[in-house]
Amino acid sequence: MSNKKNTAMTFGSHVKELAKSDFITYGVVIAAFIIVSIFSSSGLLGRKAAGLLVPVCCYIVMALSLNLTVGIMGELSLGHAGFMSVGAFSGVIASMLLGEVIDNNVIRLAVAILVGAFFAAIVGFLIGIPVLRLRGDYLAIVTLAFGEIIKDLINCLVVGIDKNGLHIIFNFKGDKSAADLNLAEGGKAIIKGAQGATGTDKIATFAAGFVLILIALFIIQSLVRSRVGRAIIACRDNRIAAESVGIDVMKYKMFAFVLSAAIAGSAGALYGANYSNLVATKFDFNTSILILVFVVLGGLGNMLGSVIAATVLYILPEALREFANYRMLIYAIVLILVMILTNNPRLVALREKLFSKVSSVFKKGKKKSESEGGK
Amino acid sequence: MNKKTKMVEVPSHAIIPERDLDKSPILEISHLGIDFGGLTAVDDFSITVGRTEICGLIGPNGAGKTTVFNLLTNVYTPTRGAIILDGKSTAGKSTAQVNRMGIARTFQNIRLFSNMSVIDNVKVGMHNSIKEGFVSSIFHGMGYFKAEKAAAERALELLDFFGMTDVANDEAGSLPYGAQRRLEIVRALATNPGIILLDEPAAGMNPSETAELMENIRRIRDTFQIAVMLIEHDMNLVMGVCEGICVLNYGKIIAKGTPEEIKANPTVIEAYLGKRKEA
Repeated sequence: MSNKKNTAMTFGSHVKELAKSDFITYGVVIAAFIIVSIFSSSGLLGRKAAGLLVPVCCYIVMALSLNLTVGIMGELSLGHAGFMSVGAFSGVIASMLLGEVIDNNVIRLAVAILVGAFFAAIVGFLIGIPVLRLRGDYLAIVTLAFGEIIKDLINCLVVGIDKNGLHIIFNFKGDKSAADLNLAEGGKAIIKGAQGATGTDKIATFAAGFVLILIALFIIQSLVRSRVGRAIIACRDNRIAAESVGIDVMKYKMFAFVLSAAIAGSAGALYGANYSNLVATKFDFNTSILILVFVVLGGLGNMLGSVIAATVLYILPEALREFANYRMLIYAIVLILVMILTNNPRLVALREKLFSKVSSVFKKGKKKSESEGGK
Repeated sequence: MNKKTKMVEVPSHAIIPERDLDKSPILEISHLGIDFGGLTAVDDFSITVGRTEICGLIGPNGAGKTTVFNLLTNVYTPTRGAIILDGKSTAGKSTAQVNRMGIARTFQNIRLFSNMSVIDNVKVGMHNSIKEGFVSSIFHGMGYFKAEKAAAERALELLDFFGMTDVANDEAGSLPYGAQRRLEIVRALATNPGIILLDEPAAGMNPSETAELMENIRRIRDTFQIAVMLIEHDMNLVMGVCEGICVLNYGKIIAKGTPEEIKANPTVIEAYLGKRKEA
């Protein structure tokens, strides 16, 4: 009897404890959204800063998605921008196709994001078949290669729509252009090979970005607390032990990888919908590394860390534009400082000491006010 | 070729023939062998383990004991021979599938999910008995909460078996050595096995911990009604807890029998215990 009570209590407190850290993350994101919305509606945000809002959201979602692969699944992926690219271009095509069918931009954007996620998931699955058989450094290098392959393939893509539907050709030899699509009258080329997507509708909004962040957070944080999430983490911590307790390692790695690709695709679709021009070379190795930097600096497996790191590190180079030539130098120094601050054991200990002091003061204050309230 | 089918039927591989007479054996291993390149690590390994038997696998270092465990769990694919688990052959199955068929194991060098909590380690062990699909793992419905609650209760029950409920929320990697070994056993038990393989469970334990472990091994057998097969160098534990012992040297069985028989066996003394005396 007492044993049962104990069980229930432990379970309850366990869930409570876990939920607490989740809600802190949601809370921070929601608070940031509200503050930024107030700023932008009151006109305090400059044109330049306002233009950064959607890309920041995209990169936050990208960081969350890569954190699922690197932090939770424990495999280094260096080609994550490839999934973003697939999402962006399939999203653009979807939104242009639906341009005449759906008037409501919100629904159009939602559909574009879903399409982007879907195609990125398919590509993730196909790439996952060979890639997930590898481990460690080899896996990282092969994802890098696939990222480049995706970039080059999309660079050859020529897509147009007319009343007959969608026309797709691949410009592998460099001898084809939008004219080869043979579009009927009134048709429009959406993606013109290396020129990329041009003249697409800008339907992305900051609110959509915010919702996407919340959805990505929700998916990843729920997953971690479930049977499937535990299996994925178990495969990361000890593959052999995971197999020995009856977990199909490939199956769960594949699920995490495809989910991660789908989230990246949705971020890409949002990104694509934010610009009227989009080229495939935007999603190159540098972008993959940039996202990896967000994830590593934010902390592997730490979702709130990813959100903060992506925000700060994406805005930082933009904010430093006035330093002109010294911009990247300062950026690099900041990166190094953050690395030291988060990884030096002494500094981490110092930070934790400070935090515990602050929180104990906070708790004391709370208790005092409670007891006073009781009186 | 038809030797193989014959082998399975021969009951003489049993270490203790009179144990669990009325029931079919949980594990029948016949003429199991593996070569690594030109080296034969295990050869002609045949034993039968009864439903609720505690048997020991001993032998000098490098005799191939852990290799036998790796063969049984299909970490290595056997070159020769057959393994019949609960009446079904494990040939061609993956390690995960073999576990689902009923073999659980622990490892010589502890392999816990060290960044996860103790209770989550056990829940990972219960992976295949928790009813929760991919969809409900993201969109937590009523089924999720029910399944998670049941899983947590069962996990705590299992932890309670080893008196580990008070450390349930601690990180597994932060546990003391002995507790980590116990947790590995709990995790293996959580997979509902028919037989549990313990690879040097007493390694690094002091005499009082070893005595406790002996008691625990018997309790595991009695409570869960499963077979236990263990590799161990601690002769007190092996002689104290095992009903049947199989001695391996250079990949081959050199003796099988009860502890008393093994103690008196001159081949064993020469190959194993004798050497220790000289040293």
